[in-house]
Amino acid sequence: MEILISLIKILVVMLVLLTCVAYLVLVERRVSAFIQNRIGPNRVGYKGLLQPVADVLKLFIKEDIVPKLANKPLHRLAPIIAIVVSLSTIAVVPFGDKINLFGYEIKLQIASVNIGILYVLALTGLGVYGIAIAGWASNNKYSLLGGLRSCAQIISYELSMGISIIGVILVTSTLQLDKIVEFQHGWRWLILLQPIGFITFFVAIFAETNRLPFDLPEAEPELVGGYHTEYTGLKFGLFFLAEYANMITGSAIVVTLYLGGWQFPYLQSSGLPEFWTSIIQVGTFAAKVGAVLLFMVIIRWTVPRFRYDQLMDLGWKFMLPLSIANVIVTAFIIYLFE
Amino acid sequence: MLTDFGRVLLFFIIAGIFVTLGLVTAWIVRPKRPYPDKLTTYECGEDPVGSPWVKYNIRFYVVALIFLIFEVEILFLFPWALVYQDLGLFAFIEMVIFLVILFVGYAYVWVRGDLDWDRPEPDIPFITSLNKNNPDGTFR
Repeated sequence: MEILISLIKILVVMLVLLTCVAYLVLVERRVSAFIQNRIGPNRVGYKGLLQPVADVLKLFIKEDIVPKLANKPLHRLAPIIAIVVSLSTIAVVPFGDKINLFGYEIKLQIASVNIGILYVLALTGLGVYGIAIAGWASNNKYSLLGGLRSCAQIISYELSMGISIIGVILVTSTLQLDKIVEFQHGWRWLILLQPIGFITFFVAIFAETNRLPFDLPEAEPELVGGYHTEYTGLKFGLFFLAEYANMITGSAIVVTLYLGGWQFPYLQSSGLPEFWTSIIQVGTFAAKVGAVLLFMVIIRWTVPRFRYDQLMDLGWKFMLPLSIANVIVTAFIIYLFE
Repeated sequence: MLTDFGRVLLFFIIAGIFVTLGLVTAWIVRPKRPYPDKLTTYECGEDPVGSPWVKYNIRFYVVALIFLIFEVEILFLFPWALVYQDLGLFAFIEMVIFLVILFVGYAYVWVRGDLDWDRPEPDIPFITSLNKNNPDGTFR
């Protein structure tokens, strides 16, 4: 029975996540159209709501071209690694407390791993492999350079990401994501206790997901398509989905660590029935993730791209010292108040 | 009974099945009409020039090395941060000493210029003399 519940939870989460990914692409296109004073996709279905379905169908029936000189097994493996890794991060994110359904008490988290944060960090590290292998296996100059750049960028920002997380652990004394959310009850959101950590972490998330101020791996004017130059059809689609799935999991992590996760202030003391409390908590989590995603989309269409040396300077000379200073100051303040 | 990591593994397996199913469906549905021109490596419409394994910049390697050092540092910081509230001043001072030692290395790397991506050409007398006699291209 327990295995069945886990299985159902996993399937539901995965379906919801994939649907969100498809619709995030639509939201991004509509928002970019709004910002650039265009209309955007509005023909397929009511106000363009079926556009993602049409896109996915189109990707399915496109011919798949594997260049003759490419390393074929690795060329096939790379998009699979990218998408599986970016989907799997959501497995440790709590999207609610508990819910009573049909007499079973279900925890609204797939796996409450006791080293949840380390799992998240490890999977971000694994994400590099998909890109590096794609760049290497394509046997193309643009792919190789794009993959290399991407790796250097991701590992540079992974440092400030990891060190910002240490600030969170100092305050909460736990590595479990659900415990971290429980810590942030009421208004004790970690963004208020760790404002600098939040900023460095959020910027690092932008760099990790290759979002626009940092989208050098696929800077079109210089590198054609970057690491996915040689990918067509569904394999390109998988990279595309992986990027957007990364955005969703990334903002889910931001919400969990800094914005209180599923916590809705004063909800527990309001005396609502337990079932509705759980529903509101899940809704709160979804709303917070949606807000962060919208922010990321708007940033993409308002801020120009960095130059590569500016990117490395920001990562190594600004974010890294800043996040280390944040850890030391946090530790000192905790010592003073303990 | 599933442990938590068992559930994570289950998630991985199901995600893998999802992706594989998608790829297999696409493999059945899509057209396959390859011909030699289509299968050449893309290089803006021209025939590819030379090998794609170009000599890329050594700085990527340096960045990877510095990353390794700091990543290990982060690994040491995680257990420290977890039990910090129980240990107090002793842990604080010890970690500051550890960070200062690393900071010396960091400052060294910074002053040496390994963190600068955009560096001036190094003045190596032999290569500078080569470049003087060779106006068409520069040796690096």
